[in-house]
Amino acid sequence: MKKILSAAAVLPLFTWAQAAYAAQPTPWQTRFQPAATGIMDDVIWFEVYTLWFIIPITLLVMGLLAWVMIRFRASANPNPSRTSHNTLIEVIWTVGPVVILLFLAIPSFQLLTAQYTPPEEPAITVKATGVQWSWEYEYQNDDNLSFSSFMLQESDRAAAGKEDVEQYPRLLAVDNELVVPVNTTVRVLVTASDVIHAFAMPAFGIKVDAVPGRLNETWFKADREGMYYGQCSELCGKDHAYMPIAIHVVSQDQYDAWRAEAQADLGNAYKNLTASVESREDTKLAAAGK
Amino acid sequence: MAGAAADAHEEHHQPYGWTRWVYSTNHKDIGTLYLIFAIIAGIIGGFLSVMMRWELAEPGIQIFHGLASMVYGYEGAAAIDAGKHMYNVFTTGHGLIMIFFMVMPALIGGFGNWIVPIMIGAPDMAFPRMNNISFWLLPPAFILLLLSMFVPGPAGAFGVGGGWTIYPPLSTTGQPGPAMDLAILSLHIAGASSILGAINFITTIFNMRAPGMTLHKMPLFVWSVLVTAFLLLLSLPVLAGGITMLLTDRNFGTTFFSPDGGGDPILFQHLFWFFGHPEVYILILPGFGIVSHIVSTFSRKPVFGYLGMAYAMVAIGGIGFVVWAHHMYTTGIALNTQRYFVFATMVIAVPTGVKIFSWIATMWGGSIQFRTPMLWAIAFIFLFTVGGVTGVQLANAGLDRAMHDTYYVVAHFHYVLSMGAVFAIFAAWYYWFPKMTGYMYSPLIARAHFWVTFIGVNLIFFPQHFLGLAGMPRRYIDYPDAFAGWNLVSSYGSYLSALGVVIFLVGVFEAFAKKREAGANPWGEGATTLEWHLPSPPPFHQWEKLPKIN
Repeated sequence: MKKILSAAAVLPLFTWAQAAYAAQPTPWQTRFQPAATGIMDDVIWFEVYTLWFIIPITLLVMGLLAWVMIRFRASANPNPSRTSHNTLIEVIWTVGPVVILLFLAIPSFQLLTAQYTPPEEPAITVKATGVQWSWEYEYQNDDNLSFSSFMLQESDRAAAGKEDVEQYPRLLAVDNELVVPVNTTVRVLVTASDVIHAFAMPAFGIKVDAVPGRLNETWFKADREGMYYGQCSELCGKDHAYMPIAIHVVSQDQYDAWRAEAQADLGNAYKNLTASVESREDTKLAAAGK
Repeated sequence: MAGAAADAHEEHHQPYGWTRWVYSTNHKDIGTLYLIFAIIAGIIGGFLSVMMRWELAEPGIQIFHGLASMVYGYEGAAAIDAGKHMYNVFTTGHGLIMIFFMVMPALIGGFGNWIVPIMIGAPDMAFPRMNNISFWLLPPAFILLLLSMFVPGPAGAFGVGGGWTIYPPLSTTGQPGPAMDLAILSLHIAGASSILGAINFITTIFNMRAPGMTLHKMPLFVWSVLVTAFLLLLSLPVLAGGITMLLTDRNFGTTFFSPDGGGDPILFQHLFWFFGHPEVYILILPGFGIVSHIVSTFSRKPVFGYLGMAYAMVAIGGIGFVVWAHHMYTTGIALNTQRYFVFATMVIAVPTGVKIFSWIATMWGGSIQFRTPMLWAIAFIFLFTVGGVTGVQLANAGLDRAMHDTYYVVAHFHYVLSMGAVFAIFAAWYYWFPKMTGYMYSPLIARAHFWVTFIGVNLIFFPQHFLGLAGMPRRYIDYPDAFAGWNLVSSYGSYLSALGVVIFLVGVFEAFAKKREAGANPWGEGATTLEWHLPSPPPFHQWEKLPKIN
């Protein structure tokens, strides 16, 4: 249904459809994935900011090399100079980089601090445990909802209702996603039960190692609904490439509905959640179509 | 007694046949052994990388299940599982071989042994017999590592698949088989070899310089090897301690790195990177020295800012010891700790910048000849800069959080090593080959080697920046289909680089077949260091009458 609508959609619709499932890599991508949190906005900003320094520096070195290679080639300059010192220039190329580093350091420290400063006390705490080779999620509240999240096997696509490889890509889609509400600060406690893994979500700008015997902490506040994909980011054995992380960011009421049902019947909770998300998207599409 | 001493002077006992090599105490013969060893190891390590790129050319598993059934005899689903582990074995082997058995033997053991005594006007190394054992420890170490690929690692698979960083618990409970023990012993022996070599270089350089050659007149390559030797001497024992604890955790019931017994896996990472970060400077510093000489020679100008260049290397070596945890920003280390390591790491950019600009200033006003070694040296300067600036980005913990363990890091360290250290090795090879063998290679083949390699390695590694930003994690045998495009480009680059290696070998055989006399100094008046005052190849023992430096 969604596909047909998308196909018939005009350009603004197309961009919207992209935005909804943008938090996964795209072919020939050369930059970061689009941000879904304020922290990732900052990371992207800072990356671009560093490019404003490092690309000119690289071009400067390239330009200087090109210049000396042309101007001082043996045929153009048969008699070399014997200059081997120039205190002023040596001071300049020592102090210059120091100044540049200061310009980099200030926003860098701000970004680093922001990553460790959640805007509010997290409303939800989820414990993510890396195991060879899947993730176990446990909501840290009264009912302690917990479930495993394995990579979606190709043979299970039909049964899970996840045939759409655009939305559920190979190696990224999982059987049970982590579901969280939008615009809510979520704390993630990360650990592992066997070897070291790493919990990473590129669109959220988070990555933290899952270390046996340690409880690491990170947080995110997703500001856009959608399905977000990450992958284990610390070598953990033969199926290191096959334990993706999927976080489904939904509206508060969808989250509440899923949460209410999940303890009793997890499979059904996901089915109803998917139906709810799709019907809401269809409504949005129809509205945008007018 | 007096008679014996006189005999030793008069009779130049020159061994021949296999004893010349196996019993060798001659720094040039040992240097040659190191270089041959490095070439063999480089070909094996390169083979592993081409297999990995072949595998990664397309999404899905292409070749490793086939390799696993060919090598280990697995069939069906078991072959796929064994293939996945085998891929990790290849990444591990590639890293360890290229670092410990290719770059280090080539730069320090090979060119260091060959050139340092000649450059300082010494007849040989300070401890010639220790020099022999330094080299001959390496082949058994290498054999142990290769052997580890064929003995059980984790349950139901062979070899060490823990990455060159061998983090526990994946390297302890994660892979209980004897493969990891063999790899640890291999590292122990290779480390002992390097420590002995480092002691030898430090003693030689401090005590055996020709009259008049003060430290501040010493050629920069000698400076670079001196700093490198200190880094080896101070960092390798820490690795040895770490992997010994790993060994006892694995075999004797200790729990240094196991939380079950009160240990902590992160402790190993601190020990490993306290060695590992100086190690990457060990790989690149001799290259700095080499590039300085080549740039100076072919610009026909003395090195610009000699003292700054020497002390920049000392500074890089010193700071290199206090930045190790920038490899560990995502492990959960404290915010203030991260702040410190961001700051310290960025500082390294300053002495590195001094070196880059000084090389350009050396060329400035020169009379530059673009002979083969110079091509490699100029490419080194540019490509090392590219790897350097991405290093400045990665130094920032806030940004590194998004890049850590992705292909961005892979691209970064291959720009500084595969294009930094390896380009320096080839620059040195083409610079000193006429001196070491007495023969001149074909400049045409050498240039073909350069251009094919230059294009090849950039094709491999530049697109990996894009893959890293898009989020592709390292050490993955298979990846989401969206990453397919750049991976295919990268793989083509790998095939092209492999062609470059073939051209290199053809060039070597051609040079030995044609036997073109190189003469004592094929590079002209720009080549001023002492080795160019000797015939090519130099006599079996040189500087029996010590040269005087003014």
